[in-house]
Amino acid sequence: MTANKKPPVLVVLQMSGAYDALNTFIPYSDPLYMDYRPVLKVEPEQVLAVNDEVGFHPAMAPLKALYDQGKVAVLQGIGYPNPIRSHFRSMDIWHTAEPAKMVTDGWLGRAIRDLDPNKENILTAVNFGRGLPRALAAPGVSVASVGNLETYGVLTGIQGEDQRTEALEIFARTYSPAIGSGAVNDYLSQTGLDALKGADILTSAPQMYSSTQEYNRDLFAQWLKNIAQVHLADFGTRILYTGVNPGTFDTHANQNITFPKLWNDVTSAVSTFYHDLKEHHANEEVVILMFTEFGRRVKENGSGTDHGSGGVAFVIGDAVKGGLYGEYPSLKPEKLDEGDLQWNNDFRSTYATLLEQWMGLDSKAILRGSFEQFDFIKG
Amino acid sequence: MADKDIALMAHLMRRAGFGAQYDELEARAAKGYEATVEELLHPEDHPNGLELDLAERYFIEWNHFTRGVPEYCTFRMINSKNQLEEKMVLFWHGVLCTADSKVQSYVTLYGELEMFRRCGMGSFRDLLVEISRDPAMVYFLDNCLSHKGAINENYGRELLELFSMGVGMDGHFNYTEQDVKECARAFTGWTIANGIPGQPYGRYASRFIYNPADHDNGEKTFLGHTGNFNGEDIIDIICQQPATARFLSRHLYNYFVADDAQVPAWMDTPPQDPETIKMLEDEYFRSGYSIRSMLRVLFNSDVFKNARFARIKSPIEAVIGTMRLIGDWTEPKPGFEPIFDEMKHMGQEILNPPSVEGWHTGKEWIDGGTLVQRINFIADRVGDLNYPGVQDIITKLAAEGPTLSPEALVDGCLRMLGHYALADETRRMLVEHARKSGVLRTDTKEFPEQVGQMLQMIVATKEYLYA
Repeated sequence: MTANKKPPVLVVLQMSGAYDALNTFIPYSDPLYMDYRPVLKVEPEQVLAVNDEVGFHPAMAPLKALYDQGKVAVLQGIGYPNPIRSHFRSMDIWHTAEPAKMVTDGWLGRAIRDLDPNKENILTAVNFGRGLPRALAAPGVSVASVGNLETYGVLTGIQGEDQRTEALEIFARTYSPAIGSGAVNDYLSQTGLDALKGADILTSAPQMYSSTQEYNRDLFAQWLKNIAQVHLADFGTRILYTGVNPGTFDTHANQNITFPKLWNDVTSAVSTFYHDLKEHHANEEVVILMFTEFGRRVKENGSGTDHGSGGVAFVIGDAVKGGLYGEYPSLKPEKLDEGDLQWNNDFRSTYATLLEQWMGLDSKAILRGSFEQFDFIKG
Repeated sequence: MADKDIALMAHLMRRAGFGAQYDELEARAAKGYEATVEELLHPEDHPNGLELDLAERYFIEWNHFTRGVPEYCTFRMINSKNQLEEKMVLFWHGVLCTADSKVQSYVTLYGELEMFRRCGMGSFRDLLVEISRDPAMVYFLDNCLSHKGAINENYGRELLELFSMGVGMDGHFNYTEQDVKECARAFTGWTIANGIPGQPYGRYASRFIYNPADHDNGEKTFLGHTGNFNGEDIIDIICQQPATARFLSRHLYNYFVADDAQVPAWMDTPPQDPETIKMLEDEYFRSGYSIRSMLRVLFNSDVFKNARFARIKSPIEAVIGTMRLIGDWTEPKPGFEPIFDEMKHMGQEILNPPSVEGWHTGKEWIDGGTLVQRINFIADRVGDLNYPGVQDIITKLAAEGPTLSPEALVDGCLRMLGHYALADETRRMLVEHARKSGVLRTDTKEFPEQVGQMLQMIVATKEYLYA
C-alpha cells in the first residue's frame, strides 16, 4: 500500500529480445565467469559492484544510483519450469503467467478486471507502443494502446464540427456490440467504442504537463515520458505498460557493441522518469517492474550469446525494499541446465508480490495458483 | 455479368491480390474465375503492366536514406497486374523474415524480395535452399558468424521453429535442442562474401558464398537420420516431414482463407478447419512440394470461395487496397514518407517486421491505437473527391438515374467498394442517415459530397475491417 494514500500504480517495462542476465548483473568474482566469457566478460574493476560478488554492468549507472538509494530489488535467477527458448512462446508465458499451456488472456488483463469490475474507467490501463501486449488482454477489458500520444483521436480528418459529430455518433452505434456476433466481433466493438471514449481524454495529457526533466529522443524514452504525462494527468490510470522494440536485446552477435548502448538508453530513461515523477511529488505511488523473456547461454558463441534461461528482473520504486532477492544461479557446469543458468524462483512469485502487497489484489485468483511471495514491498 | 460473379471476383482479388476497382472486377469476371486463377498463378506468362523504366528513374537510390526500396515495393503492389505475385512476396516476407532494423541495407533486402518474386510459387524445398543462401537472411540470423567448431544457433533454430516445421504439432515437439545444434552445424560455411556495408562507401548488395573450409564435415544426426549432412540434406529431410506440410498449410490458410490461431499456439491448438488443411497437406506431398499447386487447389475450392470477409485486413492490405481503390500512386511521385509511416503506425512497417517471428495477424492487428489510425487514414482518402477512383464511383452512381433512393446510395457505395456486405443493423443506420438529406438528386453539386460522406461512414464500420 502506498505511504501517501494515493492508489498504487504499476509501470511495467518489457525488455524484449531477452537481455543477457549474466552480463546485466555480473558475478564478477567467480572465476568461471571469466572462463565462459573470454570475449564478452566485463573486467571486475569496471563492474558497478553492490557487494564482493555481484554488480551491475557499467552501462547501467543510472540504475545503480537508484539501487544505492535502496530503491531497486534485483530478482536473481528468475524463470519458470521447463524453460522455453523461443522468444514468442516465452514472452507469452510471462504475459499470461501460464507456462504449461496456451491461453489468450494476460495477468494484467485479469488484474484490470479486478481493479475496475464495473468498467467505470476505460483508462484504468494504458499501453504505449505498437499493438496490445497479451499481458493486458482479457475478455471485456479495454486498454488504450497509443503509438503517438500527440495524434491519437478518431476520424480526426472529417471536416466540420457537425459532420464529425454525426460521423462519430454513427461510428459509436455501428460499433455497439450485437449479441451472438462472436468473440472477435465483440472485441472489435469494444475496441472501437473505448478508443472513442479514451481518445478525447488521453490527448489532453501532454497539454497539462510541464517539467524540467529532459528525456532522450529514443522511442522508449519518449514513451516513458508519455507514461509520466498520463500519470500526472490524474486519469485514475493504475497500470501503464511499455517496452523497447521487440528483439532489441536479442544479442546473438556483436553483443559488446549493442548491449551497453541498450542498457545505457534504458536506464537513463528509467532514471529520468523516476526524477520526473519525484519533481511532481508523484513518485511514491509508483512501482516499476522491468523484465525480459529469458536469459542467455552461459557460454558465448563468439561475439554474442544464444538463447538460454535463468534471467534477472528488477523492481524499482520508493515502496521497494532494495536489495538482492532469489539466488544467483551457480555457474558450475554440473549445476547448469543444458548449458544455461538454472532458475530458482518462479516469476509468478514476483507477480504475486506485486499484485497483493502492492496493488492490493487477490493474486491467487489472477495467477490461478498460489506462489510464495517475496518481501520486497515495504509496509 | 451477374452481381454474384463480380462479388466472387472481388473476393478473389482481395485475397489473391490487393483488391480492384469495379471496372477491373467486371473485366476479370467476364474472363471467368478459373481462367483468372490460372492467370494469377502464372505471372511469367503475363506482362505486369509496370512502367519500370519510369519507376526506376524515380526511385534512383535504393538505399537506406531515401526509402527507395519500400517505395518501389509499394509501387509494385499497387500497380502490378500480376497481383498474386506481389501478394506472395508479402506472404513470404512475413514468414521468412528479415528486418531492416538489423540488416540496414535496403538494396540487400531488395534482392531477397526479388527472390520471393521468382521462387515464391515454385517448390518449397527450393525456396528453403534459396532463403538459406540469401545474404540478408545469412546476416540477419547470424549464420555468417556460425563456424565449424563454434556454431551460432540462431539460423539453425529459426529455420526449424519459424520457417518450416514449427515448434510442435498435435501436442508434440517437432525437434529437440540437439536437432537445433546439428542443424546449425550443417549450415556452417553458408556465409556472405562481403559484409553488409555501411557508410561512407554507400550501399551495395552483399552476396552469398559457400566456404568449405568453415563447414563442419562431421557426421550429424538430425530428426533420427544420420549422415554427413550439409544444408541441402537437412532441407530435404525437413521437407519430408508431415510437420512441414502442416506448417506451410496453416500459414497459407491464415493468409488466404480465414483468421485462425497464431503460430505460437499451433503446437497445441488444432486448425479450425482440419479438412482444408488436410487438402493442402495432401497436395503438398502429391505435387512434390509445389506452392503453385497448393494455391490452385485452394483458390478453386468451395471453402475458399465461401470464406467471404473472414480475415481482418493487414495494414499493408488496408493501405494498398485503398490506394488501388482511389487510384492514387499510379505514377511515381514524391510524398511517400507519410504512407510508409501510416503502415508503420497501423502496425506493419514494410521490410521491417518487429522480429524474425513476423507479424501477428487477425484481430491482433486491431487495438485502441491501430484501429483509430486505420479508420482515420481510409476515411480521409475515400472522402477526398480529388482522387480519380472516388470520382469514378460518383460518376457510376450518378449514371444510375436522376435521383437515388437512400437505399440505392448505400447499396451502390457498397457495390463499388467491392460488394461489401454490412450487418442489417449497420446498413439500416446508414440508410437512415442518407434519408436525412431527402431525395438525392444526382446532378447537384452536393451529390459528390454526399457520396464521399457515405463512403467515409462505410469504411469506418467494423465490417470494413475485414476482407
